[in-house]
Amino acid sequence: MFSFIVKRLAIAVPTLLILVIFSFVLMFAAPGGPFDSERPLPPEVMANVLERYGLDQPYWKQMFDYVKNVVLHFDFGPSFQYRDRTVNDVIAQGFPVTLTYGAWSALVAVIVGVSLGVAAAIRQNTWLDYFAVGITIGAQALPNFVMAPILVLIFTLWLGWLPGGGWNGGQWDHVIMPVIALSTSYMASIARITRSSMLEVMNSNFIRTALAKGLPMRRVIWRHALKPAMLPVISYLGPAMVGMITGSVVVDVAFSTGGIGQFFVNSAFNRDYAVIMGITILVGALTILFNLLVDILYAWIDPKIRY
Amino acid sequence: MAMMGNSDVDLINDAAHLAEVRGRSLWQDAWARFFRNKAAVAGLIVLIAVTLFAIFGSYFAKYEPDFVDFSLMGANAYRGVPSIETGHYFGVDQDGRDLFARVVQGTGISLLVGVIGAIVAVFLGTLYGAVAGYLGGRVDSIMMRIVDILLSIPFMFVLILMLVIFGRSLLMLFIGIGLISWLNMARIARGQTLTIKNKEFVEAAIATGVSPFTIILRHIVPNLAGIVIVYATLLVPEIILFESFVSYLGLGVQEPNTSLGALINLGARQMNNGTLWMLLYPLAFFLITLFAFFFVGDGLRDALDPKDR
Repeated sequence: MFSFIVKRLAIAVPTLLILVIFSFVLMFAAPGGPFDSERPLPPEVMANVLERYGLDQPYWKQMFDYVKNVVLHFDFGPSFQYRDRTVNDVIAQGFPVTLTYGAWSALVAVIVGVSLGVAAAIRQNTWLDYFAVGITIGAQALPNFVMAPILVLIFTLWLGWLPGGGWNGGQWDHVIMPVIALSTSYMASIARITRSSMLEVMNSNFIRTALAKGLPMRRVIWRHALKPAMLPVISYLGPAMVGMITGSVVVDVAFSTGGIGQFFVNSAFNRDYAVIMGITILVGALTILFNLLVDILYAWIDPKIRY
Repeated sequence: MAMMGNSDVDLINDAAHLAEVRGRSLWQDAWARFFRNKAAVAGLIVLIAVTLFAIFGSYFAKYEPDFVDFSLMGANAYRGVPSIETGHYFGVDQDGRDLFARVVQGTGISLLVGVIGAIVAVFLGTLYGAVAGYLGGRVDSIMMRIVDILLSIPFMFVLILMLVIFGRSLLMLFIGIGLISWLNMARIARGQTLTIKNKEFVEAAIATGVSPFTIILRHIVPNLAGIVIVYATLLVPEIILFESFVSYLGLGVQEPNTSLGALINLGARQMNNGTLWMLLYPLAFFLITLFAFFFVGDGLRDALDPKDR
């Protein structure tokens, strides 16, 4: 197990480095600097500004310093747009918001998705099964940027039950719609995957044996069937995580929650390279870390995997 | 007796038909299977209709998509309602532009992005996957490791970074989306190549001294066509989704051009004004197009992909 983790880490670290280097090369290829404007700054001021942001250094030195600061001090440097704040400040403000509704969405997607999938598989070809399959087909075709306005339309404009945006310190009524918008399509995918893998497991020999020796259905499902049936779901969690992180940008914009996605898009409009790169690298690191965890979890559950 | 005679004739006719049927090619077979699938055929018809709408819709529009009617600007909630008499079939947006013309334009650009992005992705992915699969060994494992690494990066962020740095142009969007979407294509092409490369005709080509790259281009790639077509069809709606996502954020297609994602964004922002048509018309076209592509793709997969039957 230990050597397996080391091996996976040996892939994860270069991946992150590639991401950092790639973003940096893109930035150097950019025409014009972040402080070029219609009305040019006096040369002395420009020199001072460039020095403050380290932009007067040669490219390789800038990149080296940046990587060094990120790795050793977890410091993404100053923001170009918010002159008095660092990228770390921006992330510290936005990340907890994104994390809150992101974690809720992941929980809802997994719990509701797995329950729906298992229920549909056990009661195959009943109304419950058709209901579940119908929901999953419908929900998968609705991407989150379509879900968000539809939810606002129904729950804010027509019914007036929930506020149409804002965060308000994470009060529950501000969290509901972001969670629904973000989790629904993944919930549907998880339900579909669970259903088909559960059907396969329930038809396998060891389940028939367990039932034949007289174990109650409930116990067979919980103790024997669920664990092997979860394997495809676990391998789906990696891509789902990437999708949710990406989707959080839309949720942040659609509901003005003030998460990192909103800062990301604002910075994209203002050409604030520092914030964009900081968030891209943070998100990349999170994805890679999560994929690593999923791989370990998978290897731990599946006895067939050799490591 | 007459009855008996008739059935004999039928039998002979049937036998004759059987002889004719024997010479069906793989593609005819796939066609026949595709056309038996009602959902897929319906999807194809809808798709053709949407494409015709995107190409010829502008001839039916009474207004240019970038024509601003100042008398309707900001007053579209009550004077820009969809109606046949005014010629604003889908109503007017908040800037006084005809929504019908805008939807025609947006549908066209969304389809264009989807198709061109898919072509770029298919071209790159197929070649990459075929080369990796055919060469095998260490080259293969390094090439596929690179794909794995790239797949684990959240590319939406990198694409937005690229759009910010190189400017938000349609060309950049094509390149960015194409560059991201080839990864899965490469994996599929590689897997298929592995099964093809041990077939006799490849062996024969090797034996007659054909160079590896000619084998890849002349013998491997044409045999990937079936599976490539299937996944290209499924890739188009994915790329349309992708583009709409970026345009929804306002970072994709820029005014005066528009796409369905950008129109949905504008419509969603104007929901409070009571101009729901601004959201619902683009949304309807968006969902119809996506569903049609999914159905056609599924139908093609059933018809062409021998594994998934």
